[in-house]
Amino acid sequence: MVQHKGAGAARLELRGITKRFGSLTANDAVSFAVAPGEIHALLGENGAGKSTLVKGIYGLLQPDEGEILWDGQVVHPANPQEARRLGIGMVFQHFSLFEALTVVENIALGMERGTDRKALAGRIAEVSRAYGLPLDPHREVHALSVGERQRVEIVRCLLQSPKLLIMDEPTSVLTPQEADRLFETLRRLAREGCSILYISHKLQEIKALCSRATILRGGRVVGSCDPAVETARSMAQMMIGAELKSLARRKSKPRAEPRLTIDDLNLPADGPFGVALKGVSFEVGAGEIFGIAGVAGNGQNELTQALGGERQIWPGKAVRIDGRSVGHLNAERRRLVGLCGVPEERNGHAAVPDMSLAANALLSARNRTGLARGGIIRRQAAHGFAERVIREFGVKARGAEAAARSLSGGNLQKYVVGREVLQTPDILVVAQPTWGVDAGAAATIHQALFNLAQNGAAIVVISQDLEELLAITDRLAVMNEGRLSRALETTDATIEEIGLLMGGAHGAPVETTAQQGSIQNVA
Amino acid sequence: MIDTFVLVIATVVAAATPLLLAATGELVVERAGVLNLGVEGMMLIGAVTGFAVTIASGHASLGIPAAALAGAATALVFAVLTLTLMANQVATGLALTIFGIGLSALMGASYVGTPVAPLPKLHLPGLSDLAVVGPLLFGHDALVYLSVALTIAVAWFLKHSHAGLVLRAVGESAESAHSIGHPVIAVRYLACLFGGAMAGLGGAFLSLSYTPMWMEGMTAGRGWIALALVVFGAWRPWRVLAGAYLFGGVTILELHVQGANGIGLPPQVFSMAPYLATVAVLTVISAGKWRGRLNAPASLGKPFRPSV
Repeated sequence: MVQHKGAGAARLELRGITKRFGSLTANDAVSFAVAPGEIHALLGENGAGKSTLVKGIYGLLQPDEGEILWDGQVVHPANPQEARRLGIGMVFQHFSLFEALTVVENIALGMERGTDRKALAGRIAEVSRAYGLPLDPHREVHALSVGERQRVEIVRCLLQSPKLLIMDEPTSVLTPQEADRLFETLRRLAREGCSILYISHKLQEIKALCSRATILRGGRVVGSCDPAVETARSMAQMMIGAELKSLARRKSKPRAEPRLTIDDLNLPADGPFGVALKGVSFEVGAGEIFGIAGVAGNGQNELTQALGGERQIWPGKAVRIDGRSVGHLNAERRRLVGLCGVPEERNGHAAVPDMSLAANALLSARNRTGLARGGIIRRQAAHGFAERVIREFGVKARGAEAAARSLSGGNLQKYVVGREVLQTPDILVVAQPTWGVDAGAAATIHQALFNLAQNGAAIVVISQDLEELLAITDRLAVMNEGRLSRALETTDATIEEIGLLMGGAHGAPVETTAQQGSIQNVA
Repeated sequence: MIDTFVLVIATVVAAATPLLLAATGELVVERAGVLNLGVEGMMLIGAVTGFAVTIASGHASLGIPAAALAGAATALVFAVLTLTLMANQVATGLALTIFGIGLSALMGASYVGTPVAPLPKLHLPGLSDLAVVGPLLFGHDALVYLSVALTIAVAWFLKHSHAGLVLRAVGESAESAHSIGHPVIAVRYLACLFGGAMAGLGGAFLSLSYTPMWMEGMTAGRGWIALALVVFGAWRPWRVLAGAYLFGGVTILELHVQGANGIGLPPQVFSMAPYLATVAVLTVISAGKWRGRLNAPASLGKPFRPSV
């Protein structure tokens, strides 16, 4: 299993790393090696132990057993400072940036104390220019786009001349153009001898970027491969350890009367960091799945809230269901006229973490499925409904009385989507249906959306995952700075065209890339 | 006329100093992301301890550090409860105030009515003798200068030192600070202790200088004004300094209005003024285009539990 590339010791070698949390073994005797200058992918489903493993390398967790070898020497990084001193840098999936601080202050926080901030600002400008990552050291982070924020994290690592860079799902928040720029930077770093450990769900990216992949399942290494010779499908099957179900794609129907009509929807920004919606208009017909793409923070949250009823709109005719104005109705009353919604955030928004699954079912499904007639809770019925969601959507949970917080992210997402789908809505609005969800669970969720559409519902999917939208939608449009582009037929749309509508690479001229034509989806 | 003016300004400075000390301390605590509502209690403990030690030893130079230590010790109770044992910060802070009122009354029972010599005014040869400017700027006691010096030090510390940057980072996002390897809980402990010491000093100023004696509940709500001041000053030391002197002025105005009958307003209106001003400022900076400048630390009052 342990690979040695070229002469000499590997840059990083793991030998039998084991980490337990109570009765759960997150990493079970994991061994692999990364050579100098190698871009090494770490693949696995949710809960396969990827994050735990890299946290161990970066000193955020201490493995219970096993050895970490760094350039042939055994090391035990006790905290991130020690790991950084060795030359290990990490870019987090959820950025560890401070919104109210400037770029240079953010970076100074990751340095040894006594760093002169003026000199540091100069070095930031220098490094960011050298690697084609334009950045103004004195801007406050909340004013930066997501792509620029990631640059801050990368520049922070680069300033310490790392020998190993760990990247945890770096492209999930980027436009295709921004992702391409990132790959250029990573390839250049690798040429200069820096090793890169790359975690991603996007198998196409791994094929394009990585020279070696280690696959984790259930905390163990189950294989390694050369991504260039594998297909995305074969790697996905290694990850889940089973045949990937193919989606039963529906036949497109001739467009029917629009069921959901959004007509010149305007909404002021909510708070200093919110986005105002400006003249958003689109229609979704019966049996149609309509996609809304865009980089996070361009008004998708506001649109989700306006569609689902979390924010009401006056006059109400901006949102119409079967011709009836519903914009002024709140979420519960919209549910009663047939519109259900799945917000983006699972814990604390779509579900109450400390309440049971049955109680969470009651919160949204009580009226449409008669779980609380006359204001009195029918405990048995709620329990039965929750059990049905768990059964039909293959949710891994201890039963209807399990607390929502005890479910993994992917399982809770299946439960939340299932709870809304089983209310048989006429219109379903779903935000990020498969965010952080592994390939198996994603297929389940997509199939449920297909079936719902097949039965005549109109579905709006708001997602940052372009491959997902291209795979499941009939038409799609792009949000940029609160405005919605014209709708494209999904079969005619190219990644490049959509990327341009997203606003291209922020703060840089848009470059044409090799990523043209239609992209094959994993599923 | 000029003499009256100088006298009034001197009383304004005296009224502002305990507010400034306590508010600057609380500002540091809140910038680290901790909301300690026990300022009133910590001030009272500081006031009675400073008084008792000064009486027992005969030296205010021992009483003042003792007050700071007592304030810090009270804050330590709060820190252990909220940072280590994860108790709710709001409830614990309120309890700390009630606890401080009771404990200080118990500790000070035998000192009620005992006189103490007020802190000596510093005399700077030449400067203090200047007309008008002398008594205005150079005729106060040591705690007054200390309060201004500490505020300047805190402003510099937060903006220019690495440790101050770490403290702001902890208050902004404890999770992020933890993930890049900063000791969140330790930083918050130190901030709490500093805040307690500053509140203790504020209390000592009341019992040793402002009204040199001990009375139950002698802070009379100044701890709450200090808390309001931090918000009023939008968590910035310089604005807190300005706010402390403004609120100090309002307090003095209240006294003079009570004395004079010319104005038709009841004195209670002036007692309300600091709180009304805080509400007004909050409303203005929370609304519309000012909202982004509210500047509240993003993790304020949120407990931090490091993942295993």
